[in-house]
Amino acid sequence: MADAAIHGHEHEDNRDFFTRWFMSTNHKDIGILYLITAALVGFISVALTVYMRLELMEPGVQFMCLDEAGNAAARLISGFGADECAPNGHLWNVMITYHGVLMMFFVVIPALFGGFGNYFMPLQIGAPDMAFPRLNNLSYWMYVCGVALGIASLFAPGGNGQAGSGVGWVLYPPLSTSEAGYSMDLAIFAVHVSGASSILGAINMITTFMNMRTPGMTLFKVPLFAWSIFVTSWLILLSLPVLAGAITMLLTDRNFGTSFFQPGGGGDPILYQHILWFFGHPEVYIIILPGFGIISHIIATFSRKPVFGYLPMVWALIAIGGLGFVVWAHHMYTVGMSLSQQTYFMMATMVIAVPTGVKIFSWIATMWGGSVEFKAPMVWAFGFLFLFTVGGVTGIVLSQAGVDRAYHDTYYVVAHFHYVMSLGAIFAIFAGIYFYFGKMSGRHYPEWAAHLHFWMMFIGANLTFFPQHFLGRQGMPRRYIDYPEAFALWNKVSSYGAFLSFASFIFFIGVIVYSLKWGKRVTENNYWNEYADTLEWTLPCPPPEHTFEILPKQEDWDKGNAH
Amino acid sequence: MAHVKNHDYHILPPSTKPMLGGIAAFVMFFGAVMWMAKGSPWMFLIGLIAVLYVMWAWWAETIAENKAGDHTPVVRIGLRYGFIMFIMSEVMFFAAWFWAFFKNAIFPMYEYAGTEYVKPEIIAVDAFHLPLINTLLLLLSGCAVTWAHHALVHGNIRKDLVAGLALSVGFGAVFTLFQAYEYYELLVHEGWTFSGEFFYGSFFMATGFHGFHVIVGTIFLTICLIRSMKGDFTPEDHIGFEAAAWYWHFVDVVWLFLFVAVYIWGQSGF
Repeated sequence: MADAAIHGHEHEDNRDFFTRWFMSTNHKDIGILYLITAALVGFISVALTVYMRLELMEPGVQFMCLDEAGNAAARLISGFGADECAPNGHLWNVMITYHGVLMMFFVVIPALFGGFGNYFMPLQIGAPDMAFPRLNNLSYWMYVCGVALGIASLFAPGGNGQAGSGVGWVLYPPLSTSEAGYSMDLAIFAVHVSGASSILGAINMITTFMNMRTPGMTLFKVPLFAWSIFVTSWLILLSLPVLAGAITMLLTDRNFGTSFFQPGGGGDPILYQHILWFFGHPEVYIIILPGFGIISHIIATFSRKPVFGYLPMVWALIAIGGLGFVVWAHHMYTVGMSLSQQTYFMMATMVIAVPTGVKIFSWIATMWGGSVEFKAPMVWAFGFLFLFTVGGVTGIVLSQAGVDRAYHDTYYVVAHFHYVMSLGAIFAIFAGIYFYFGKMSGRHYPEWAAHLHFWMMFIGANLTFFPQHFLGRQGMPRRYIDYPEAFALWNKVSSYGAFLSFASFIFFIGVIVYSLKWGKRVTENNYWNEYADTLEWTLPCPPPEHTFEILPKQEDWDKGNAH
Repeated sequence: MAHVKNHDYHILPPSTKPMLGGIAAFVMFFGAVMWMAKGSPWMFLIGLIAVLYVMWAWWAETIAENKAGDHTPVVRIGLRYGFIMFIMSEVMFFAAWFWAFFKNAIFPMYEYAGTEYVKPEIIAVDAFHLPLINTLLLLLSGCAVTWAHHALVHGNIRKDLVAGLALSVGFGAVFTLFQAYEYYELLVHEGWTFSGEFFYGSFFMATGFHGFHVIVGTIFLTICLIRSMKGDFTPEDHIGFEAAAWYWHFVDVVWLFLFVAVYIWGQSGF
C-alpha cells in the first residue's frame, strides 16, 4: 500500500467551508466544484429540452405562444389539449440555442474535462496536485463567470423584441450579426470566457501530465484516462483560440461595423462557418475523448482483464485528436464547395472510423474471455458502447457528401449527434460517476438504484432519439417549432422518451442526495477489484486533502499487466 | 510526518484571487456589453480596474513565491511548459485573423459569380516605408533582448542586462508610437475607416491585436527591466525574464507574417 495513503490519515482537515470551496487550490475540490456546477447547468439545459419536446409532442403550436410570451408558465399547464395559438418562433429558437450552447460549453466539457480530469488525472499519474493549482481555480471561476454571462444573455433583450438570442449554438451570421438587442453580445462574451477557462485548464493539464508523472511512469505507462485528458487538452489549446477569433469578428461586425461576414462590404458568411468548424470539429472530440478514457478503465475493471491493446488505444486517441483538425468542412457540404474539396473532407472523415474502430474493438476484446461483472458502472459502459457505435455508424452515413445532400439539417443529423454526445458522452459521465462515486464521497450508492437509473435513461434516450432517424429520413428538417401531421407518430414517441429521460435525471439527483447522506460508508481503498489498478485506488475514500505528499513507488502502480 | 513535503512540486495555500478574478471578469464583460449597448462605460471601467488589480496582485504573489524559493528546478520546467503552451494558444488566435485575411486575398468577393460587389478603391500603405522601419525596430528589439539574456547567463553582467532590456523596451515603445502614427495617417488623411470594407476591418483587427500584444510585451519587459535593476534575476533562475523574451519573439514573428501578408501582399491590392 502506498505510503501516501497511510500518512494521509494523519492529516486534519482544518479548512473552513469558505476556504475549502471558494479559495481552493486543491485539484480534488476543484474537480468536485466543476461536477456540481456542470450538473446544475445540465439541469437547466435538460429542462429546456423538455419544454421543446412538450411543444413537439403534437403537430401545431400549443405551448410556445406569441400572445402569451410572458406567460409561458401558465401555458405549461393550460397547453395540454388546448387549441393552437400563434407560434412564438423566437422562443423556440432561443430554446435550441441555449440548449446547445450550455451543453457544449458549460456542461459536458466542465464535467468530463474539468471534473473528472481535475480529480483523477493527477491521481492517476501520482502527482500531488496540478502544476498550477491557483490557475486551476481561476479556470473554475472563469467557467462560473461564463455561466453567469450565458444565463444573463438568456434573459437580456434579444431579437424579435423578446429576450434571448435565437441563432443556434453555432452562432451563424447573418442571423447572429443582425440579431437585435445585446443578448447576442453577452452570449459571445460567455463563450469567450468559457474558452479562456478551458485554455487555462488545458495548459494546466498538459504541464501536469508532462512534468509531474511519478518516477518511473514513462509516457506509455500512463493510464488511459490520463492519456485521454492529455490529448483532449491539446485539442482545446489549439482549437478554442480560433473560435475566439471568429466570435470576436462577430462582435465587431455587430457593434463596430466591420464586414467580416457582410457580403455588402466584401465579407462572406461562409468564412465564419469555416473558422467555426475548424474549432467545432475538434470540439466534438474534446467532448468524447475523456469519456473514452473512463470507459477503458471501467471495462477493464469489470471484465477482470487488463485493457486489450493498450498501445493501439493510446495511438488511437492521438490519431483521433490529429484527424479531428482536418475534417471540419464535412459539417458544411451544402455551402457550395468544389467537388474536390468535398471528396477530400469525405475521405478524411471516413479515416476517423479506423482509430475509433480500434477503440471499440479493443473494448470488446477486453471483455472477450473476461469474467464480466454487471455492476452499475459496467452497465453504463455497455450502454455507452452500444449507443456510441450507433452514433458512429450514422456518422459514417453522414460523412458521405452525396448522402448528406438528403440528410443535411434534418432530424437524422440531430439523432446522429445526440447518439454520440447525449448518449455517448453523457453515458460516459454517468458511468464515471458510479465508478468513482465511492472514491469521491466515501459512500456507496444503492446498486439497484443505479441500475434503475440506467434502464430509465437507456430506454428514455433511445425512445427519444431512435425515432428521429425515421423523421430525418422522411425529411423533417431540424430547428422548427412545428411540423405536418405526417410526422406526428414518431414525434410523440420521441417526446415520451424525453420525459422518461428527464424523470431518470430527477431520480439520479435523488440517488446522489440519498447516497451522500445515508449511503453505506466505503471501508476499503479499492472497493472494486484488483483490475482497478491505477493509483487512485491506493488512496482512502475520500482521499485526504493532500495526496501523494510522498510520491508513490513504482510497485504501487506498475502491475506490468496493463501495458 | 504531517505536512512534510517530500517532493519539489509547488503546493499552494488557498487564495481568494481566482474568485475575485472571475467576478472582476464578469463585471468587465457585462460592462463592455452595457457600454456597447447603452453607451455608459462605467461598469466596464470598474471591471477593468478590478481585473488589472487581480493581475497585479497575482503576479506580485508569484514573484514573492519565487523569492521564497518555491520555484524549484522542476517547477521552473513546468512554468516554461505552461508559457510555451500559452504562446501556442496565442498563435492559434492569430490563425483566425490570418484566415480571414487570406480568404479575402485569395477569393475576394468581387470575383464571386453573380456578385454585385465591386472591387473597392483602397489607397495602399507603402510597405517599404513605415512598416519596414517597424519591422527593423522589432527585430532590433528582439536582438537587444537576446543580448540582455546572454549578459545574464554568461557572466551575469548586470550593466549589459539592464542596457539590453532598456533598449528593447525603447524599441518596442517606438514601434507602438509609429503604429499609432500610421493609424492616424490612415484614418485621418487617407480616408480609411474601421468599419465598412472587409479589408479595413481585417487590417485593423489583425494589426490592432498585434499592437495590443506589443504593448503587453513592452509592459512585461519593463517589469523585467525593473526586476533586473533590483537584481531579481540569477543566471540559473530568471523564469520571468525568459517568458518575457519568448513572448517578445512571438510578437516579432507574428509581425513578420503581418508584414509579408497584410502589408506587402496587401499593397498589391490583390
